[in-house]
Amino acid sequence: MLQVLTRRMLLKTAAVGAAAAAFSRRTAAQASPKVVVVGGGFGGATCARELKQKGLAVTLVEANAVYTACPFSNAVLAGLRPIEAQQLKLDAVEKGGIDIIQKKATGVDPQSRRIALEDGSSLDYDRLVLSPGVDIRFNALRGYDEAAATVMPHAWKAGEQTTLLRRQLEAMDDGGTFVMAAPANPFRCPPGPYERASLVAHYLKTHKPRSKLLILDAKDSFSKQRLFQAAWQDLYPGMIEWVSLSSGGKVIEVDAKAKTLVTDFGRHKGDVVNVIPPQRAGEIAQVAGVADRTGWCPIDPVTFESRLQPNIHVIGDASIAGGMPKSAFSANAQGKVCAAAVASLLRGEAPAEPKLINTCYSLVAPDYGISVAGVYTPRNGLLADVEGAGGTSPVNAPPSFRAQEAIYAEAWFQTITREVYG
Amino acid sequence: MARALINVPAKAKRGDIIEIKALISHPMETGYRTGTDGALVPRDIINRFICTYNGEEIFSADLFPAIAANPFFSFTTTATESGRIAFRWIDDRGQAYLETAEIAVE
Repeated sequence: MLQVLTRRMLLKTAAVGAAAAAFSRRTAAQASPKVVVVGGGFGGATCARELKQKGLAVTLVEANAVYTACPFSNAVLAGLRPIEAQQLKLDAVEKGGIDIIQKKATGVDPQSRRIALEDGSSLDYDRLVLSPGVDIRFNALRGYDEAAATVMPHAWKAGEQTTLLRRQLEAMDDGGTFVMAAPANPFRCPPGPYERASLVAHYLKTHKPRSKLLILDAKDSFSKQRLFQAAWQDLYPGMIEWVSLSSGGKVIEVDAKAKTLVTDFGRHKGDVVNVIPPQRAGEIAQVAGVADRTGWCPIDPVTFESRLQPNIHVIGDASIAGGMPKSAFSANAQGKVCAAAVASLLRGEAPAEPKLINTCYSLVAPDYGISVAGVYTPRNGLLADVEGAGGTSPVNAPPSFRAQEAIYAEAWFQTITREVYG
Repeated sequence: MARALINVPAKAKRGDIIEIKALISHPMETGYRTGTDGALVPRDIINRFICTYNGEEIFSADLFPAIAANPFFSFTTTATESGRIAFRWIDDRGQAYLETAEIAVE
């Protein structure tokens, strides 16, 4: 499956490359249009590099010197990987000729096409690409504020939160209970909570085997559910309890002092409590007026241009990308499509109808991987699943197949981080 | 087979407004959907929900096919006396599901 996808991607990249060559010849005599990208994650860094390759002048605004990647951060939580393996820098991106401004973007004026930075300076743009990722919606879940997050970490933005939750797990006694609140859709990384539960179970099984795991879910179904649940039965029998929405699993309030999650029908105290709270598009998207009442950003599925503000494109987790999940793989694919569309629009040409691919690997154990893949194309104003393309790992597969997918997962991370940051 | 969850405060002060929650796990099959064989899946919904407080009806509702699976009710009442709060869901076949909870009112 992986090889098929890779060939498709190569074909797409080749076509885009040909268009880029035409662009640089034609614009050589004109003033170079300015493109500003905000956010140096998988989406933003990819898009900046692609824009640069197309001969455009690109400025990348990113407040942090080090980007801590979310994919594979559940392995850090389980002690299978150092946090340093998640930390990426924009040095190579900068060396490629992209102007990097290490400041926080604080404002956007769509009329004058200007963004404001934290130090009072500003940047003009012809086209702006926002790739701000997600923000935690503190207080959307009663009792879950910044202070509560230091007691019950979300660990849904990788970094200190990840290592905090890791330390709590390490400090937990054998026989303790790890309780997780999983959010309603949409949220970053749909299979993430269940991969996390799996890897935490792996850690507990190998270090604290009398411990239990309770997942309180605001949903009745989740990504790769059959695969996860079959694997839990095989690898961690009796250890993981999943309480669905219709079984009263929706957490409506947290009591940080009592380390307790409150549902409509009960209270659940944990020794370690992980709250994956409701999320929304990163702050700059809210400030720019590209997020709607849902907190996410409606976009044109061909160009990723905002439906609410002209000349601003939104990619990655912040966008409402129809069937595409909020993943690093999606953000990377969207970064490429958006860059091609921006280049076309600046040339006054019609952007090509894109096809986008996503693959999400999840580890259920260090040597047990499962995946879901999808292909997406614009339909009725949204990115829709191409029927018959993609799919999930087979339900019945030998351990060697699962081990192979775990290797693919690691290879995917190496490949994408090299492509985007290497 | 339906499975119900209820939440009634175990105790309350007389005159308190109390919140009551009830969720029944049920597919609420509309009767308008076709199955994999192309035939209509027969309608099967909870069509009536009644809550009584010491035998007196305090809340009831008629349910229709447009209501989603696993109907969830949340409502309030005044705690008047100790006793039993009973919940009854009735499906299209006339079968009833019952749950009860005791409340102590001081």
